[in-house]
Amino acid sequence: MKPAAFDYVRAESAAEALEVLHAEGAGARVLAGGQSLLPMLNMRLARPAVLVDIMAVAEWRSVEDDGSHLRIGAAVRQMEIEQRADLARRQPLLAAVLPWIGHAQTRSRGTVCGSVAHADPSAELPLVLVALDGRVHLRSRRKARQMPASEFFTGMMATVRADDEIIEAVSLPAAKPGTGYAFREVARRHGDFAIIACAAVVDQNGARLAVGGVADRPMALDLPVPGSPELPDALNQFAWDLDARDDLHATARYRRELVRRIGREVIEEAQRCRA
Amino acid sequence: MPRLSAKLHYQVSFILNGSVVAGEAEPRLLLTDFLRHVVGATGTHVGCEHGVCGACTVQINGRPARACLTLAVQVQGADIKTVEGLAPASDRLSVLQESFREHHALQCGFCTSGILMSLDSLFREKPDATEAEIRETLAGHLCRCTGYAPIMKAAMAAQKTLRTGVEGPANA
Repeated sequence: MKPAAFDYVRAESAAEALEVLHAEGAGARVLAGGQSLLPMLNMRLARPAVLVDIMAVAEWRSVEDDGSHLRIGAAVRQMEIEQRADLARRQPLLAAVLPWIGHAQTRSRGTVCGSVAHADPSAELPLVLVALDGRVHLRSRRKARQMPASEFFTGMMATVRADDEIIEAVSLPAAKPGTGYAFREVARRHGDFAIIACAAVVDQNGARLAVGGVADRPMALDLPVPGSPELPDALNQFAWDLDARDDLHATARYRRELVRRIGREVIEEAQRCRA
Repeated sequence: MPRLSAKLHYQVSFILNGSVVAGEAEPRLLLTDFLRHVVGATGTHVGCEHGVCGACTVQINGRPARACLTLAVQVQGADIKTVEGLAPASDRLSVLQESFREHHALQCGFCTSGILMSLDSLFREKPDATEAEIRETLAGHLCRCTGYAPIMKAAMAAQKTLRTGVEGPANA
């Protein structure tokens, strides 16, 4: 399994990367950490004419924390975020999911924005972005635009990103006082793709549950708080609405049961974390 | 930077186990194949070629990474360590390698070089890594014949030796 031939540009500035994307359109692919793209190239599921390596672009290498939001640039590796000493305090949900992404041997290279761009329905980072109502920042030579994560993902490995656009950053809200966060994943082995991944955010107003690995993209629903008599019915309805399918790893029925059970458990755990 | 053409070969050089190596690579050439076929360093093994099995794990700038998910042109100028860089001398094994031999932690040996590179990095970064952390590191590697129990035994014994320094400051 070797990639088909492609040209390679190591962009030294954002402008240079955007110029190549503008000129090549669908023939170009952004290469960041390569931990999702290289398997696709090796298996020839993708055959781009040119790869634009963005890891030397200085303006995309930063993480900004303005107090209310964390903004993670396109060339920031997952390991770099994971090793921030204050991460569990600044955004506990992000800290909780990072160890679940692939393995240390892939997080050392893979980027946060690259995982969002790849948009695998069972991936952890798109799930967190949807759970926290984070935003995706796109840029092309023509313009910059941004949108909530829930509007960015449109289906299985499908997003609203145009061919000449790059995700230059994602931003997510920092932890708020009085808000609890929790995450759980069910997979055959640590590092495998999630059969289901659940992230919950609970504050005084209610609970938000995001589920990955079931629908064709991460989906979130605002639900009654734990202890509310409506919660079981609301979870059951959500489980059916996700339109789970049978696959090699689990049946649709099993996945619905996981949404009901793991969903309730993460909401309860997030509730406990509020204290 | 000028665009590298798919049809041409380019000079790639980096530091491999402390020495500069150079060779020619098309843009699509994987680091695994550059190491094995261009440099001739065949200690790094090639298994699944999509990042799952861990056999090709090397260290890029000190961190374990899949050589099969890395292009040779991406590591221009990088500092790379492979299994050939573990032993302190040609007639001596590192503490970690010796421990694998001692505890029968390899049978066919296909997965071993990748596992050694991950553990070498782990014990350098976290000398006091817990058993759970060692297990999590091994989760990034598939072994289909030896079994993980002797590998865990060897890893923990090597960690103990490295921490107590019985073997001196040998590199793990």
